[in-house]
Amino acid sequence: MSARALAFALGLLVAALFAASLLVGPAGLPPRAALAALVTGEGGPLALVMQEIRLPRAILGAAVGASLGLAGAAMQGYLRNPLAEPGIVGISASAALGAVLAIHTGLAAAFALGLPLAALAGAGLSVALLTLLAGPRGSTLTLILAGIAIGALATAVTSLVLNLSPNPWAANEIVFWMMGSLADRSFTHVALALPFMIAGWAMLAATARGLDALTLGEDAAEALGIRLTRLRLTLVGGTAAAVGAATAVAGAIGFVGLVVPHLLRALVGAQPGRLLWASALGGAAMVLAADVAVRLILPERDLKLGVLMALVGAPLFLHLIWRTRREFA
Amino acid sequence: MTLLALDALTVHRGPCPVVDGVSLTIGEGELVGLIGPNGAGKTTLMRAALGLLPHRGESSLARLAPRERARSAAWMPQMREIAWPVSVERLVTLGRLPHLGARRATDADRAAVARALDWMDLAAFAARPATELSGGEQARVLIARALAQEAPLLMADEPVAGLDPAHQIATMTLFRRLAEAGKGALVSLHDLGLAARHCTRLVLLHQGRLVAEGPPESVLTEGNLRDVFGVRGWFGATEHGPVFQPLDLAG
Repeated sequence: MSARALAFALGLLVAALFAASLLVGPAGLPPRAALAALVTGEGGPLALVMQEIRLPRAILGAAVGASLGLAGAAMQGYLRNPLAEPGIVGISASAALGAVLAIHTGLAAAFALGLPLAALAGAGLSVALLTLLAGPRGSTLTLILAGIAIGALATAVTSLVLNLSPNPWAANEIVFWMMGSLADRSFTHVALALPFMIAGWAMLAATARGLDALTLGEDAAEALGIRLTRLRLTLVGGTAAAVGAATAVAGAIGFVGLVVPHLLRALVGAQPGRLLWASALGGAAMVLAADVAVRLILPERDLKLGVLMALVGAPLFLHLIWRTRREFA
Repeated sequence: MTLLALDALTVHRGPCPVVDGVSLTIGEGELVGLIGPNGAGKTTLMRAALGLLPHRGESSLARLAPRERARSAAWMPQMREIAWPVSVERLVTLGRLPHLGARRATDADRAAVARALDWMDLAAFAARPATELSGGEQARVLIARALAQEAPLLMADEPVAGLDPAHQIATMTLFRRLAEAGKGALVSLHDLGLAARHCTRLVLLHQGRLVAEGPPESVLTEGNLRDVFGVRGWFGATEHGPVFQPLDLAG
């Protein structure tokens, strides 16, 4: 498939799912009137639901998915490993820890942005620690090991917070938040997360050339004029901004960053630089689709987005492993 | 014109020098063979010359900005890495990165890629995923990538190891032809026969030090072969050109 055809197909898919996300929900609004209300802002409660509930949810779905897909593709390209994902450097776990601490200390209840801000702080702190540990001239391996250690530490502290939680409701809230969801998000969340995500996308997009060169290994890439130290900083910074912001507003959503680049790799001729934009679109489509699905499958039970994603993602991933296993047998 | 000038280049790994005070210049028209036993410092010398390793002493290439250096010298590492199943053509196009900037590939880029594919006898493989080729074919793809860079100086670490005889000879002949057309090349080799036959000059490394350099016949002497490689060999200027054959271990 040519690049243009693929971009068109993925763009169309995202647009369709974005529209579906706007039109599917418990309120059961008539589509035509709902869209009219969205655009004009007239129609009282209908316009309110569309503009204040459905639209921010759809925007966040697309943005969170794009962030996860893009960061996943960049991480796989940098590590030259199809099993890498943004979570491997510990950023999502650290962002989750920030959020959990905010819930635990009551910061989240005190004001609306307490939780996402704490999550962003967690992501920022983990990146600072990561660059400190992996050093300016650290190798790829140091980065992975440092990331795994930071992720494990963040997960352990999260467990400790749950362990010492004074009452079951607080623990419950934490557990539910960690499952990941886009329900009941507002434009306040969009305004907080989107600038970070856009900055992250810009940084990750700038790695395309370096990731292409890394196909030939670190030595050859450096001799082709790529500054590897700068590439690594851009990658880690971009991932932290995009995935940290995504986790801050949507909780922990796994598998998107792992599966989406996998699904699209063959369609872009395996070139890591071109996989970036394709995975951003693919990730947006996947999260939008899953967010529509949670509203359709169990509308009354508040099925969590992260749970559905893992339920669909894991078998999909097993299938991919099965296929690669046969390829390399 | 000088393409590479090294002055007292020294690289330390821990306390001991791996490359020890090597001074060397390579100019246009030269195909320089870098020879020496395992661990003599050939790879380290070339990487340090490119500025990929911390070093002391001077290297004209290491002083350049990364982009500028990539336009002055192409580097083919010994480790033949191809991380993703990209097509042969796209892999060779990576050699154009230093010329591309933000813009898309031009006709000149495409011509350089097509020429490199043709030189390395790869035109038939252009659309195949590079990871599906055999080891020797992958090596040719990576040589083509370095050639597509069209830098004045080519530095290659054992480029012909693992190639069949026809492609070994074709590759060395091509390097020589490019040198005659005004380029320069520094190529590390273990096959002393190929080195003697095709290189305009040999540089012999031993324990990190440059112990001999000059035309093949002046470097592959009985003394050097015995002291550095621990072998005896036969060198003859025959009607088929210079021929060198290692014979047996030095007593």
